[in-house]
Amino acid sequence: MRSLVPMSERRISLDAAPRNLNRLRSLLAGLDLDAASTLHAVVMSIDIRMTTGPAIHVHALEKSYKDELHVLRGVDFDVARGSIFALLGSNGAGKTTVVRILSTLLRPDAGTVTVAGFDVATQPADVRESISLTGQFAAVDEILTGRENLILMARLRRVKDAGHVADDLLARFQLTDAAKRRVATYSGGMRRRLDIAMSLIGNPPVIFLDEPTTGLDPQARIEVWKCVKELAVHGTTVLLTTQYLDEAEQLANRIAILHEGRIIANGTLAELKQLLPPVKVEYVEKQPTLEDVFLAVVGADGKDADAGDRGVGTNK
Amino acid sequence: MTTRFFGDTAALTGRSLRHVTRSPDTIITVTIMPIALMLLFVYVFGGAISSGSDQYVNFLLPGILLITIASSISYTAFRLFTDMQSGIFERFQSMPIARSSVLWAHVLTSLVASLISVVVVVLVALLMGFRSGAGVLAWLAVAGILILFTVALTWLAVIAGLSAKTVDGASAFSYPLIFLPFISSAFVLTATMPGPVRAFAENQPVTSIVNTIRDLYTQQPVSTDIWIALAWCLGILIVAYAFAMATYHRKIA
Repeated sequence: MRSLVPMSERRISLDAAPRNLNRLRSLLAGLDLDAASTLHAVVMSIDIRMTTGPAIHVHALEKSYKDELHVLRGVDFDVARGSIFALLGSNGAGKTTVVRILSTLLRPDAGTVTVAGFDVATQPADVRESISLTGQFAAVDEILTGRENLILMARLRRVKDAGHVADDLLARFQLTDAAKRRVATYSGGMRRRLDIAMSLIGNPPVIFLDEPTTGLDPQARIEVWKCVKELAVHGTTVLLTTQYLDEAEQLANRIAILHEGRIIANGTLAELKQLLPPVKVEYVEKQPTLEDVFLAVVGADGKDADAGDRGVGTNK
Repeated sequence: MTTRFFGDTAALTGRSLRHVTRSPDTIITVTIMPIALMLLFVYVFGGAISSGSDQYVNFLLPGILLITIASSISYTAFRLFTDMQSGIFERFQSMPIARSSVLWAHVLTSLVASLISVVVVVLVALLMGFRSGAGVLAWLAVAGILILFTVALTWLAVIAGLSAKTVDGASAFSYPLIFLPFISSAFVLTATMPGPVRAFAENQPVTSIVNTIRDLYTQQPVSTDIWIALAWCLGILIVAYAFAMATYHRKIA
């Protein structure tokens, strides 16, 4: 009978699970019964992780633009299915470049990038079937009405009963009253909501939101946050980029900080907080922020904040 | 994939046609200059021009139609440029659609918008006394040449729309095209021009196209001009299409 695999090697195998899976299987063949059954359970769980897999896998991603700086210098991160992942970074950190590569608009220079199990470089058409992009600037057609925008998306995604799907989404995003107006007349928050609604058509499993609240007023921001939280409830994987720390804190299950072309921190909010010096207890008078004041004065939840809904009674 | 191409092109063409029908002012802006030129030349300068035909408007119309098309396609470049500026272009590119259908939708819309403008200008010409006894076949031939000319110029507009940096740049490319008919047989017979100008006028595409259209609806036998006209149109079409597609693939790579 051969000896057990040393403990250290087992640990390595687990960390780099999928790549070492076959090696694990071959080791399994020559093990004693106890260890074999333990390892078998591990292999089974890895199998499950592989078939469900991460929704987004980015490894050693590099990109530089012509004559310009090296924007991405080896980016690594995974996004679990059904989670909200925030890519945090200052302007010019390369967040948009990452999103553009993930959504097949830009080719990576090096590294592997898969979305929903498909490689962005070799299977871009399959990636496009699985994703939806909501870019930095609301990608809506201003001359069409809100409903026409949704129907156009439904036709392009070959969704049956486009009109019905459009009406459902209009209701879900509180745009029914504005459905027949041209988008040019919409407020910023309404545009963003329409933008996100357009991204949901065809139920793509992965959605990219590139700075979804940049340029929005506080109420519109809260509206968008509500939409994003709802997406995750419906099982959609969301990758969002933001430069607002509170936005990442509000929405994301995991947060990665992109700085100078690399991910310098990646974890849950609690994990990231541990990177800081230990907590000190101080007594500070809690002053309302200007945002609190603004929202209290204007009428908080943002429901009646749009140009179109203004003046509608609260007892609706 | 081909069924996808046709479905996507139809959906996207429907979208950009709405842009045309919802801003009818573009049709007015496109047609107002050719109509003004037609009025000016027929009622002001026309008396001084010997065109060899009794109705100067009959002589003038083909050139006016080409000017109409040239100014109409500058809106194609404008619409494409606006799409690229707004996020909607990237949204389309990230969707599972036939990628070239985004361009074809603009090309078909351009064709429809140009033909609407051409019809408006022809109606005005009829009011001004334009008459033709040409048969259906001759008119079909005229329509075919105008369509070919429009599609060829539209692909030029696609290049401009894709590569422009500003809105003005996107539409400015059409100015030379609008003025090309002035140095051709469109307004006066080329025989009246001094040597070098005449050489240019007789060997640029507009003259052969104008002469062919004029021969067709005045029921003259069509000269070899028709082959030169077709060669020019097809040549411009092929070259412009190739450049437009290359530019497009560079943009979306």
